[in-house]
Amino acid sequence: MLKVTDLNTSYGKIHAIRGISFEVHEGEIVTLIGANGAGKSTTLKTLSGMLAPTSGSILFKDEEIAGTPAHKVTAKRIVHVPEGRRIFSQMTVRENLEMGAFLRKDKDQIEKDLEEVYELFPRLKERLNQKGGTLSGGEQQMLAIGRALMSKPDLLMLDEPSMGLAPVVVETIFEIIKELNKQGITILLVEQNANVALSIADRGYVLETGKIKLTGTGAELLKDESVRKAYLGEE
Amino acid sequence: MRLSSRNRAAVTFVRDILFMDTIIQQLVNGVTLGGMYALIALGYTLVYGILLMINFAHSEMFMSGAYFGLFTMLFFTDEGMIGKVTSALPWMSWLTPAREFFLGSTFGLILLFVIVFGVAAVLTGLLGMLIERVAYRPLRNAPRLAPLISAIGVSIFLQNAVLLWVDSKAIPFPSIFPVKTFAYGINSLKIFIVVASFVLLIFLDTFVSKTKIGKAMRATSQDRDAAGLMGIDINSVIALTFFIGPALGAVAGIFHGMYYGAVIFNMGFFPGIKSFTAAVLGGIGNLRGAMLGGFVLGIIESLGAGFISTGYKDVIAFVILIVVLIFKPGGLLGESVVEKV
Repeated sequence: MLKVTDLNTSYGKIHAIRGISFEVHEGEIVTLIGANGAGKSTTLKTLSGMLAPTSGSILFKDEEIAGTPAHKVTAKRIVHVPEGRRIFSQMTVRENLEMGAFLRKDKDQIEKDLEEVYELFPRLKERLNQKGGTLSGGEQQMLAIGRALMSKPDLLMLDEPSMGLAPVVVETIFEIIKELNKQGITILLVEQNANVALSIADRGYVLETGKIKLTGTGAELLKDESVRKAYLGEE
Repeated sequence: MRLSSRNRAAVTFVRDILFMDTIIQQLVNGVTLGGMYALIALGYTLVYGILLMINFAHSEMFMSGAYFGLFTMLFFTDEGMIGKVTSALPWMSWLTPAREFFLGSTFGLILLFVIVFGVAAVLTGLLGMLIERVAYRPLRNAPRLAPLISAIGVSIFLQNAVLLWVDSKAIPFPSIFPVKTFAYGINSLKIFIVVASFVLLIFLDTFVSKTKIGKAMRATSQDRDAAGLMGIDINSVIALTFFIGPALGAVAGIFHGMYYGAVIFNMGFFPGIKSFTAAVLGGIGNLRGAMLGGFVLGIIESLGAGFISTGYKDVIAFVILIVVLIFKPGGLLGESVVEKV
């Protein structure tokens, strides 16, 4: 479904991604793990068009999308839930969800999809008319995911969904990610919390200073000694 | 000389009436001015909300709007101008009967004003979009000072363009609007300005809070990147912002021209900087704040002119600006929601 080949991205003079290649197949959960500054978020930003790559190819459903601006990438149903949630804090929960459906014109289906989001996140339904900025961190993450779902993604890219959340909430969020995957959404997950990410992932890639260091199934990587040392805090 | 207590009461009574009279008159003037300030202030606050930039060329949008309105009006109603146009371009001879129609009936007059305001708003809006494209977009990722200086450049350019190519002197605005005077200095022109301002303000408020495009504008102003991820085309939203702001400014410019009876190339300076004050007073970036700020400023300024001295009229706005910046930099309706990360 997604095939990235020799992708390079720079911020000014900083060469953040150095020729990475990876693939995501339909129906998979794939995770990119790595330390701070390894280039995980930059990779997602390049895929979603928030950043333009300096070179390389991004094929999505056999179509080249490298360098396409963000709003056009979303139209192709790759939806990015950015790091730090980035919800619209002065808009109500409902308005945030509506923004997710910005490109859609099928009003009846939008209403049905809203109901589905409420089913998935009952907390959001209770807070529909509250401003996004007044929600707790976990609720904001739920809103960010719900908003992304309103864009009807085929590929959902999540950047650090566990960041700053209590362990119980992290568990809920990951349960929901698994549930969404079962419903047929392909997931590309970026996480620092490698343990949780690898335990739900079909496959994973380990990123180090802008390059792919290691790849394997989630279970393989969990067992790998170098991964355990570097990312799971074991001696 | 000593007054009996009865006489003294009479004097106080008369003085109170005069006092009330001045208050009401100045309130009327204040609300009229406030409507104009509110319309202009929206342009500042809309652009600031989305680009975090003060569009110092906005006062020239107001001025350009007044000129576009003036020339549209002259084109349809000024005999001298119609004479020149029709003798040069015979196929424009429909202008003469059109003039009679516009000036001959109430319906014609209403239509004339709709056309004048409409043409000026659209042309000024397009001018605003052009300026954004040429002078601001190339600087989108530059340090924040760069577009600010570019805006000042645009402002100076436009003023001088009008000065050189149009006229360096004030041009009288044709007094076609039927002015009827009522008590307390209220007249039909003031009523028209206030009502039209309110209608536009309510319209804009509804547009931004209820329509999909309006919500997209708000989303863009809160988080541009995230709005892009929703599929919102940021450049279109910014272009739209640069259409709406100047279009509203143009309406205010025509009001100003009608109210004071003339337009001149530097007419944008004071209303512009005062409306900027109004936007800061209300909380820059906040639409309702800009509207409220406009009226508050207009009223304070008029009361000050009435009770202190007209000479201090312009000083008052800047005193308010300084006081607000020192004591309540967020403005009256500044951001109230506490953000959680």
